[in-house]
Amino acid sequence: MPVQDAQARKNNFHEVALGYTPEMAGEEAARCLNCKNPQCVKGCPVEVDIPGFIQALKEGDLKRSARVLKEKNNLPAVCGRVCPQESQCEARCILGIKGEPVAIGRLERFVADWERASGAPQPERPVPKNKKVAVIGSGPAGLTAAGDLAKMGYQVTVFEALHTPGGVLMYGIPEFRLPKEVVRQEIDYIRKLGVDIQVNQVVGKTFTVDELLQKEGYDAVFIGTGAGLPNFMNIPGENLTGIYSANEFLTRTNLMKAYLFPKYSTPIKVGRRVAVIGAGNVAMDAARTALRLGAEESSIIYRRSAEEMPARHEEIEHAKEEGVRFMLLTSPVAYTGDENGHVKGMTCQRFSLGEPDESGRRRPVPIPGSEFELEIDTVVVAIGQTPNPLVPRTTEGLVIGKHGNIVADEESGATSRPNIFAGGDIVTGAATVILAMGAGKRAARSIDEYLKRKLRREVKG
Amino acid sequence: MYKILHKESLGTNLHLLEVEAPRIARKAESGQFIILRLKEEAERIPLTIADYSREKGTLTIIFQEVGFSTRELAGCQAGDTILDLVGPLGVPSEIENYGTVVCVGGGVGIAPVYPITRDLKKAGNRVFSIIGARNSGLLFWREKMAEVSDQLFITTDDGSEGRKGFVSDVLKEILDKEKVQRVWAIGPMIMMKVVADTTRPYGVPTIVSLNPIMVDGTGMCGACRVAVGKETKFACVDGPEFDAHLVDFDLAMKRAAFFKDKEQQALAMCKCGGERR
Ligand SMILES: Cc1cc2nc3c(=O)[nH]c(=O)nc-3n(C[C@H](O)[C@H](O)[C@H](O)COP(=O)(O)OP(=O)(O)OC[C@H]3O[C@@H](n4cnc5c(N)ncnc54)[C@H](O)[C@@H]3O)c2cc1C
Ligand SMILES: Cc1cc2nc3c(=O)[nH]c(=O)nc-3n(C[C@H](O)[C@H](O)[C@H](O)COP(=O)(O)OP(=O)(O)OC[C@H]3O[C@@H](n4cnc5c(N)ncnc54)[C@H](O)[C@@H]3O)c2cc1C
Ligand code: SF4
Ligand code: FES
Repeated sequence: MPVQDAQARKNNFHEVALGYTPEMAGEEAARCLNCKNPQCVKGCPVEVDIPGFIQALKEGDLKRSARVLKEKNNLPAVCGRVCPQESQCEARCILGIKGEPVAIGRLERFVADWERASGAPQPERPVPKNKKVAVIGSGPAGLTAAGDLAKMGYQVTVFEALHTPGGVLMYGIPEFRLPKEVVRQEIDYIRKLGVDIQVNQVVGKTFTVDELLQKEGYDAVFIGTGAGLPNFMNIPGENLTGIYSANEFLTRTNLMKAYLFPKYSTPIKVGRRVAVIGAGNVAMDAARTALRLGAEESSIIYRRSAEEMPARHEEIEHAKEEGVRFMLLTSPVAYTGDENGHVKGMTCQRFSLGEPDESGRRRPVPIPGSEFELEIDTVVVAIGQTPNPLVPRTTEGLVIGKHGNIVADEESGATSRPNIFAGGDIVTGAATVILAMGAGKRAARSIDEYLKRKLRREVKG
Repeated sequence: MYKILHKESLGTNLHLLEVEAPRIARKAESGQFIILRLKEEAERIPLTIADYSREKGTLTIIFQEVGFSTRELAGCQAGDTILDLVGPLGVPSEIENYGTVVCVGGGVGIAPVYPITRDLKKAGNRVFSIIGARNSGLLFWREKMAEVSDQLFITTDDGSEGRKGFVSDVLKEILDKEKVQRVWAIGPMIMMKVVADTTRPYGVPTIVSLNPIMVDGTGMCGACRVAVGKETKFACVDGPEFDAHLVDFDLAMKRAAFFKDKEQQALAMCKCGGERR
């Protein structure tokens, strides 16, 4: 797929991957074998009819192709850009056994983009059902649950704490990887399905889950509040200025548009030498954002080796092309500051890899006496997030797991309370867009079953 | 959209806004705050809830013009709307009948200290209040504070009103004479630090309300982190009130100053009305 030139793109926030031309899409679609028993679909957490949409594309019927996609996936333009297809649908594609799998993600993106450009048709509205569902959080989990429930005819209201819906898609993943206009248009589609999205509503503060159920008349609640609590390492100097959590760094940039300062009023400061701690997607996004904000040097500091880096392969490659440095088997142990309390350096330690730990990855072991100093003036800590505690803390009777996550059945999203369902990062811990969407989808199904049962009981009186 | 019903000037660069926000007013408690965003390009500004009316569904906020965003907010008039308003955020103050309490408000800190003082009085405490500012033009709500206090003291740095000196001078005198169970102090960081140092030798539990730089206000970004005792806390969800004797004020002051130069840059672009050139 064509991409923006690396030297040019590291100075702008425009999308890196440019997408297929119609000719490329046609050629790629033609490779699909339209398998009778398509393995690719089994690798898709929301069960998109992959051969179906590719066949329609092959025949040049893009309208139908988009419709097939959207039957299962409310956010195809998002998924076509950020899903780890290489480890899901594409990993199972029959063509991948001997050669290259069909580039399903890129085709998905192509079709979704075509539809947006040509004006998506107004979705059909089903016969309304006399039941109300509240969805908390408007990330991929919440949006998917809301969209599916609306398609079934329920009256759905989404409550979002921030001033813009979308969750991580809006505040976390950078513009150059997922243009916000794309997210906005997919959210508009969810609205057109009849979903009412109310922003600036912090559940647990503005009202509690129980108030929604008891006072506001909702019949069921879906919680999709994500994993928004940033982890820190708790090492000396970590509260110096110039040390950001990845969430702060990315939120200032993406949601608040700090890269357009002072046209937009939210500031961000990036020094000459930036160190990003961690090597997941979040870390790659932060390291690449730092370059775009003017850093001369941006380094990934990671305590394991290249093999264990959790980020998507494509993102690591893109980061390398743009000049991000990788310091592997290294981790900070302390930061030092100047007289203004601003970070100016960090002490790092080198690691070697020992036996595999419970995560199945080889355990990093610090090498005694390997400490060294690094001059640095900005740090972004991207070592993961844990579930946001606001809702768990304020909802009685919800069983909470060890890591602060809501305990919910993986298949149904059912929690310890019959009318409350949950899914996405708040249940699993930080994971992926498509897994969150899968959870939202399954929860919508079981909320429907729950409400039908409730309706039957009411009819019986 | 949240409608501004009333605007008032309270002194030099000090403004009061009464805003329609029924959902937030229904839940607001003393000690909590809101975050507002004036328009699409604006910053998210945290401001304490200085008063609220559950019946009218309104909130009162009071703010000082310190930089671009607050200046822009000062450009608003009654009838205008605020794009986003979210809250009530933060943990409410722990109001109990402690016995004798002292409430200290410095400058714009008088606004957040007012509802706390009122609630402490309602809860049956004997309340001494001290309000202070650099000069008389920066003082406000004298009557409202007097109404909810057993005794009100006023100080100004330059002696233009009340006693010449600092709020901490009066506080020390009270501590010498009375058995005080608790002190609340809200105002500039340096004032809160001085109050903490004043009450420390007396061993009186002291609460301050911190106002670090924030972004989301829901515990998501970590911008608002403060060192309290040996722990790092997020002021937006763990606070904004903390035990004054455990707060690392020096660090907090440095963190608050982080974007100063950037703010100068924004300010340079703005005409006095808060509009951009
Ligand atoms: C920088 C970054 C890059 C990533 N890159 C990728 C990628 O390339 N591919 C991929 O598949 N995944 C990626 N991920 C992970 C993916 O974004 C998440 O797994 C996914 O967004 C989780 O969805 P969710 O709906 O569970 O939660 P979120 O997207 O976190 O949404 C939760 C929403 O709930 C709101 N909320 C929280 N608390 C409350 C409350 N009390 N009241 C009301 N609303 C509330 C939040 O404001 C938020 O909008 C990335 C994550 C980050 C941070
Ligand atoms: C919980 C809380 C409650 C608050 N309550 C009030 C209130 O009731 N009345 C009031 O006048 N002010 C209050 N503040 C402070 C107010 O939010 C800041 O003065 C305001 O955001 C400054 O915006 P500005 O862009 O106009 O000024 P800037 O030019 O950004 O501010 C000037 C300087 O103020 C400092 N500053 C301190 N806190 C902040 C902050 N949160 N955001 C940005 N800068 C900050 C910075 O060092 C900055 O350089 C509160 C802050 C918090 C966190
Ligand atoms: S497995 Fe590959 S070839 Fe077969 S239908 Fe799916 S995408 Fe096409
Ligand atoms: S303001 Fe973001 S965590 Fe407190």
